[in-house]
Amino acid sequence: MNRYPVWKYILIAVSILLGALYAAPNYFGESPAVQVTSGKSTLKLTSDMIAKVDEVLTREKIPHSELTFDGTGTYASVRVRFPDPDTQFRAKAVLEKGLNADPADPSYLVALNLQPDTPKWMQALHATPMYLGLDLRGGVHFLMQVDTKAVLTKRVQGMQASARSLLRDKNVRHAGIERVGDTIVISFRDDATRQKAKAVLGDQLQDVTFADAGADTDLKTVMTLKPAALKQTTDEGVKQNIATLSKRVNELGVAEPIIQQQGPDRIIVQLPGVQDVARARAVIGRTATLEIRMVDESITPGTELTSSIPLNSELFTVGKGVPVVLSKDVILTGDYISSATARQDQNGQPAVSIDLNGDGGRRMRDATRDRIGKKMSIVLKEKGKPEVLSVATIQAELGSSFQITGMGTMENSSELALLLRSGALAAPMDVIEERTIGPQLGAENVTKGRHSTMYGFAAVAVFMIAYYMMFGLFSVFALACNLLLLVGLLSLMGVTLTLPGMAAIALALGMAIDSNVLINERVREELRAGASPQSAISAGFDHAWATIIDSNVTTLIVGIALWVFGSGPIRGFAVVHTLGILTSMFSAVFIMRGVVNLWYGRKKKLQSIAIGTVWRPDNAAGATGGKVATRPDTK
Amino acid sequence: MEFFRIKKDIPFMRHAIIFNAISALTFVAAVFFLFYRPLNLSVEFTGGTVMELRYAQPANLEAIRSTLRGIGYEHPEAAGFGTAHDVLLRLPVVKNITAKDASQKVYEALCAAEKGGLTQIDNINAKGEHVFKQACTGANNVELVELRKVEFVGPQVGDELTQNGLKALVMVVIGVMIYLAIRFEWKYAVSAIIANLHDVVIILGFFAFFQWEFSLTVLAGILAVLGYSVNESVVIFDRIRENFRKQRKASVHEVIDSAITSTISRTIITHGSTQMMVLAMLFFGGPTLHYFAMALTIGICFGIYSSVFVAAAIAMWLGVKREDLIKPIKEKDETDGAVV
Repeated sequence: MNRYPVWKYILIAVSILLGALYAAPNYFGESPAVQVTSGKSTLKLTSDMIAKVDEVLTREKIPHSELTFDGTGTYASVRVRFPDPDTQFRAKAVLEKGLNADPADPSYLVALNLQPDTPKWMQALHATPMYLGLDLRGGVHFLMQVDTKAVLTKRVQGMQASARSLLRDKNVRHAGIERVGDTIVISFRDDATRQKAKAVLGDQLQDVTFADAGADTDLKTVMTLKPAALKQTTDEGVKQNIATLSKRVNELGVAEPIIQQQGPDRIIVQLPGVQDVARARAVIGRTATLEIRMVDESITPGTELTSSIPLNSELFTVGKGVPVVLSKDVILTGDYISSATARQDQNGQPAVSIDLNGDGGRRMRDATRDRIGKKMSIVLKEKGKPEVLSVATIQAELGSSFQITGMGTMENSSELALLLRSGALAAPMDVIEERTIGPQLGAENVTKGRHSTMYGFAAVAVFMIAYYMMFGLFSVFALACNLLLLVGLLSLMGVTLTLPGMAAIALALGMAIDSNVLINERVREELRAGASPQSAISAGFDHAWATIIDSNVTTLIVGIALWVFGSGPIRGFAVVHTLGILTSMFSAVFIMRGVVNLWYGRKKKLQSIAIGTVWRPDNAAGATGGKVATRPDTK
Repeated sequence: MEFFRIKKDIPFMRHAIIFNAISALTFVAAVFFLFYRPLNLSVEFTGGTVMELRYAQPANLEAIRSTLRGIGYEHPEAAGFGTAHDVLLRLPVVKNITAKDASQKVYEALCAAEKGGLTQIDNINAKGEHVFKQACTGANNVELVELRKVEFVGPQVGDELTQNGLKALVMVVIGVMIYLAIRFEWKYAVSAIIANLHDVVIILGFFAFFQWEFSLTVLAGILAVLGYSVNESVVIFDRIRENFRKQRKASVHEVIDSAITSTISRTIITHGSTQMMVLAMLFFGGPTLHYFAMALTIGICFGIYSSVFVAAAIAMWLGVKREDLIKPIKEKDETDGAVV
């Protein structure tokens, strides 16, 4: 009655093997490596890079092994392993020199890294160690809030500008275009013009809805962005910010940074190994947006501060070439810039040459065609405070590549180039959460978490074996399998392990023993009632199973609710907690039964089983022996 | 080994009123303390900055406080943490310091107070990882104040966390009740939830009374206790159902008594094992897991108590019957026979 078919044993063996396979990488540790990534947004890293890196290293006779190419797009990187940290440092210097033609403007970024020491065949099976969260390895964590309102305002401003130019192109006479909140209000003198304007605008602008207002000679139409377009605008804003942040973080040379969206308008940035918050924030927190605008020529230079500013213009007082009055219409934003480099122009003056993408080039041509000799300005907005970076005279019609001069020093021009190159943020961001954990503290956390799990496990194991003898041993085996399966599953899923996650592993073990105790107590109870050992085992498992299901499903409900609604540490805890319940059910019921069956199931005339003392109220003598003989006459 | 040699069923239900009175008193006390002195919410909920510093010399907390007052914190909280060298600062969001620059400002000020200077260190640790670090060093490059940990949370994040925490709690309660109502009966669902929410309130009461820091991790622990404690009630309910089937002549009273008696050894052993794990966390897990383990410890103790004495008793008073759990199928068989 207590026999498992062969397939069940195979299933147990396979699951334990898989668990061991995927848990194993966590014990291998890591070895020094170097990571090469693209330093320019225009430069895409391809797998050809492997050969190039190999060549440089071989030429300099630096011992290395295992060149790998990971990731795609912006995140692509080539990684090389080295036998020891000294070689690693040497290799870094060599690669920096060998790969970059111009050290001042590196095409490739070389960063120190760690590569897991997992054997190759394991890596081929995607068996990789768990990624440790910042609380376990040290580093900086930022949670940034994207100001979506600003994204929206910018979009509405753009809409206003295009409405104005469209109406001018088609010669539709309006009596003013105004931005009121998130809507654009266009006034008209008669209804015919209004209808015409709506036809013209509706043709070109797909994302807006029109609503008529006003009466008699003061007719208006109100343009509102459609909700779908609104959502898309903020989504794209957040996406662009993420892309920009990735480029900036790349410049920091941090290995394995995490830049992720969280919720509709938040971005998480995690920089392992970085302790210097001030510097990290300075690099990633350059919450700047760039705008190219025309100088309002109707204001006589020198009288900016005293004359009245036209409605469609703004006065700027911070930066170079100020005070200056600029038109509110934005010709270009930083999003259109595909590359920018600092160099010297024909006259040896510092300059920044800029390349725009296709759309940006067209806009630039349209804007500058009939404005030669007029002045154009680049405005940098940091946290809503604008700063004029440069005011330059347009020398010729500008296309998709042009130069800006007048920065003064070479230093300024390279700084401007960096700002332009690293891309502007689509919207301002604010740090709303920040965590720094020292690497020492992280290492301490790992040790402490590991120790508490180990000591707890040992204490439970000793007790179980002392109390339940052989069955206790089976339980401990099942518990060990549970730990193995849980760690294997977490590694396989690529879960980031955090301190609450480690706590959840320990707690999962503590709670998993419940199922084993339920089973063992049930078997004892059956024996107490006088059942034969074989039927006691069978009935014990069967009865316990119903209870285990009920009690674990409730815990599972809790785990899932925490998973869904929790964030940060709560989620880290919930993931492990939930998975731990699943693996514990599997190991307590299925694996333990398998082992019990293997041990006792074959014995046809089983007289006793070692499950500790089975004390019977009616026979005090039975209380002493470690093993209990069955008494078929009790029933 | 055998811990429990119980000859007869223990008449738990005879004393149900006393146990529940104790329970109710503890509950009222917990609620009282929650109102009397609110929870000591961590920075995750309130917003603000927490910094963990390690001084080369044993730290002079009064000097640190006065430095902090100097830069605009009216009631700076600085406390020893582990050893005399470790200091924990808790700083609320104040007007004249933008919250996100707070950690930097404070570190600068404290460093200056120690007569040190901030330097940027770019070095590589033993594992080969690049470490950018800002350090406060004095003469002969001794690190005077080490910044071990900084946590800054904006106020808007805290509100959301509180909401999410409440949402999770509501979801847990609804989910568990629905499951129990389907598997057992609504009376069991109600009694289990009442019993176990009372555990949660009591843990909160402890945190309020001792002013232990209530963090997100602790919240996770408390919610886990809720699941754990329900789990406990379910095991007993399961046995009650089984006994209703087996002991056809016994009264509800007796059935419940025997169910609790026969599961008590399992209850004690299971909780003992889990408690061993939790104690390991309490002793070896370090300060970060300290209150988490504390919440679990209290939760486990009250979890046993409430499942055994409260949940079963409430179920009894709600009037659980044999018929609620065992659907009468036999009658159908009889009519079958009559027709033929």
